Amino acid sequence: MLNAVREFVLVQGDDARTPNGRAPQLAFPQLADPRLRLASGGPARRLRRTWLDTFDWRLFRAGLTLELSAGRGASELVLTGRDGEQVAVEPVTEPFRWPCLIEELPVGPLSAHLAPVVGIRALLLVARATSVVTQRRALNADDKTIAVVTIDQMTLTQPRRAATPPTVAISPLRGYQAQASKVSDLLALVPGVAPAVHSAFESALQAAGRRPGDYTSKVNVQLAGDMPAALAVTTILIRLLDTMQANVPGTIRDIDTEFLHDLRIAVRRTRSVLKMAGSVLPASMAARYRPEFKWLGDLTTPTRDLDVYLLGYAQMAAGLVAGTETELRPFHEYLKTQRVSAQRQLARGLRSARFTQLSSRWRHDLEQVAASPGRRPATGKFAAARITRAHQRVLRSGSAVSAASPPEALHELRKLCKELRYLLEVFASLHDAAEQWRAVNELKALQDCLGEFQDTEVQQAELRAFATQMMADRSAPAETMLAMGEIAGTLALRQRAARSEFAGRFAGFASPRGVARIGALTGAAS
Amino acid sequence: MKVIAAYNIKGGVGKTATAVNIAYLAAADGYRVLLWDLDPQAAASFLFRVKPRVKGGGKALIAGKRPVDLAIKATDFDHLDLLPADFTYRNLDLHLDGERKPVTRLRSLLSPLRREYDLVVLDCPPSISLLSENVLHAADLLLVPLIPTTLSVRTLDQLTDFVAGLDAHQPRILAFFSMIDRRKRLHLQIAEELPAGRGDVAATAIPALSTIERMSVQRAPVTASAPRGVAARSYRELWAEVRERAGLTRARPGS
Repeated sequence: MLNAVREFVLVQGDDARTPNGRAPQLAFPQLADPRLRLASGGPARRLRRTWLDTFDWRLFRAGLTLELSAGRGASELVLTGRDGEQVAVEPVTEPFRWPCLIEELPVGPLSAHLAPVVGIRALLLVARATSVVTQRRALNADDKTIAVVTIDQMTLTQPRRAATPPTVAISPLRGYQAQASKVSDLLALVPGVAPAVHSAFESALQAAGRRPGDYTSKVNVQLAGDMPAALAVTTILIRLLDTMQANVPGTIRDIDTEFLHDLRIAVRRTRSVLKMAGSVLPASMAARYRPEFKWLGDLTTPTRDLDVYLLGYAQMAAGLVAGTETELRPFHEYLKTQRVSAQRQLARGLRSARFTQLSSRWRHDLEQVAASPGRRPATGKFAAARITRAHQRVLRSGSAVSAASPPEALHELRKLCKELRYLLEVFASLHDAAEQWRAVNELKALQDCLGEFQDTEVQQAELRAFATQMMADRSAPAETMLAMGEIAGTLALRQRAARSEFAGRFAGFASPRGVARIGALTGAAS
Repeated sequence: MKVIAAYNIKGGVGKTATAVNIAYLAAADGYRVLLWDLDPQAAASFLFRVKPRVKGGGKALIAGKRPVDLAIKATDFDHLDLLPADFTYRNLDLHLDGERKPVTRLRSLLSPLRREYDLVVLDCPPSISLLSENVLHAADLLLVPLIPTTLSVRTLDQLTDFVAGLDAHQPRILAFFSMIDRRKRLHLQIAEELPAGRGDVAATAIPALSTIERMSVQRAPVTASAPRGVAARSYRELWAEVRERAGLTRARPGS
């Protein structure tokens, strides 16, 4: 590779210690070749380095690293790829604060690269460090620079203070890769020098005790078919509780809308698992916790509903034919105001003793069940039976839906589909990954159609309620009401389209091939 | 990407000193610069401590058998790269003549570098040849060092007429007095009188100074090794005129 940088770690283990027990003075290693030498370098530079990523590690998963590097005077945001190659750089002139959404970054190649990866998630601080960087030039026999040798002594400062092993990087100058390689080879022979296996970012994470990708909203539990079902169910529920708790601080701080979204999904999954757990969990647990998780779900609904509106606002406004975005703006302002108060209620609920107690008691009770789960039923059979039952209910309920059915029938079917989907997801580790993917995909297509139908139904009703309230408050002119009416019309059209699409979607799901897909999962698992 | 050629039919007028210092000053201003040492004598390559050798020689380069970017070497200065000379460049005319479009070959070779560099500086050998015609077709600006003598001025007129006679691309010309010896009355007289009447002669003149001659000992541009000296100051003034004449906008910060 052109201009590939080779990095080494200066090992400071016991064998590299001086007789007085102290680590040796960090120095540029001597090169054992008279034709190559290191020129004396300038003074050491101090760099403040901050790494950023989304809460769910979107950059890391895409093989990208975003670093804010601040030296004396100049600061820049640097985006690098998997091999450490620079993807984009953006000088930062204004003080840079995080968490920040993509819209808050300076517009340029860097934000253009980041936008599709980051989406609506905020960039958060992952780690901070201070590097003391010393550079020397490696010269050949003509005294021509062939590579830059950089020693980096990095100290992690956030989330905790820790030193990382010093590194030496050899950066070849263009056209001198072969000679620079010689420098690297000689350096590799120096005692106490070992090839670096981690990037600076990875070293910082390691020192911070963090594992990249350590958060996912997926229920990534590893279950076995022969394990007791009670143990499987509690493992899933504890994992879901972890997800809820991981998202609470971000939801309270209102960092981005996805914290609340992930929190809600974890609550819904918990409610579904609780509902289908039956005798696997003590009856008193279901009786005690089902109303509590309903309360928690209801607590999150108003803010999420407003988020859905606000996230779709630009598209909604762009779709206006008779009205204009300016006319609709008071509605936007109204939504934002409503959201502020809904968010305040939500944060209050999540800080409440009721929620704290719910979390701690729920975990305690689950751990108790997990400690003595009994032996039967086995997870494989249990999961297969529950999935089969949920599947049958979807098929039965879906077949009963006709063109004359009221919206409630589709709403009911949607709930059954969700339960089936959650069951498939929480027991995914029991299934063949490819079969699982196909089954979930088919179900997802049906859910999308039902979701569109139901969401547009709810949004129309909400829109009417908003309009009534706004008129009562006299907070918007007639033009805004007309523009909102246009949106209501668009929603009604979308709902009609979803309704007419339903029959085809359900036919695909209920076809012999679609039914066989779910059957293949449950047959293999049991 | 702009192309500036330090060119004169005559030798020993300060072409290499000009190319090297203009390239260095442009790079110091943040422009991404490539200096192509086209002279088989390889003085510019020597000044930057780069071995005057190109794999496959001039023939492979001109024929496109080896990509130009593989022959490029970084200098010791930020943003400044060098395409070194090779002794086989003495036969460049021969190799160019074998190409399908022999007059625009140099321009085609530079074309893929457009995204990578803001400025290419050509250090040309003294001649009027097929290579010179290539340089005229490739360059946006001819930077012509003149020793203030009557014959030099006559050479500039010849060059101006030649460029005016070109059919398609006509580079702009910016001549300037080089190696002015203040002890010679003729030098002073010509240097004073000529620019007044012509728009193609720069206001800046580069004096004959031992520090410029010593570049071959220091092996670095005088603008880098003695940035506060008279020579560096003169080159900086010349660079300001060149930048404006070549239509170079300000470089991006940190580029």
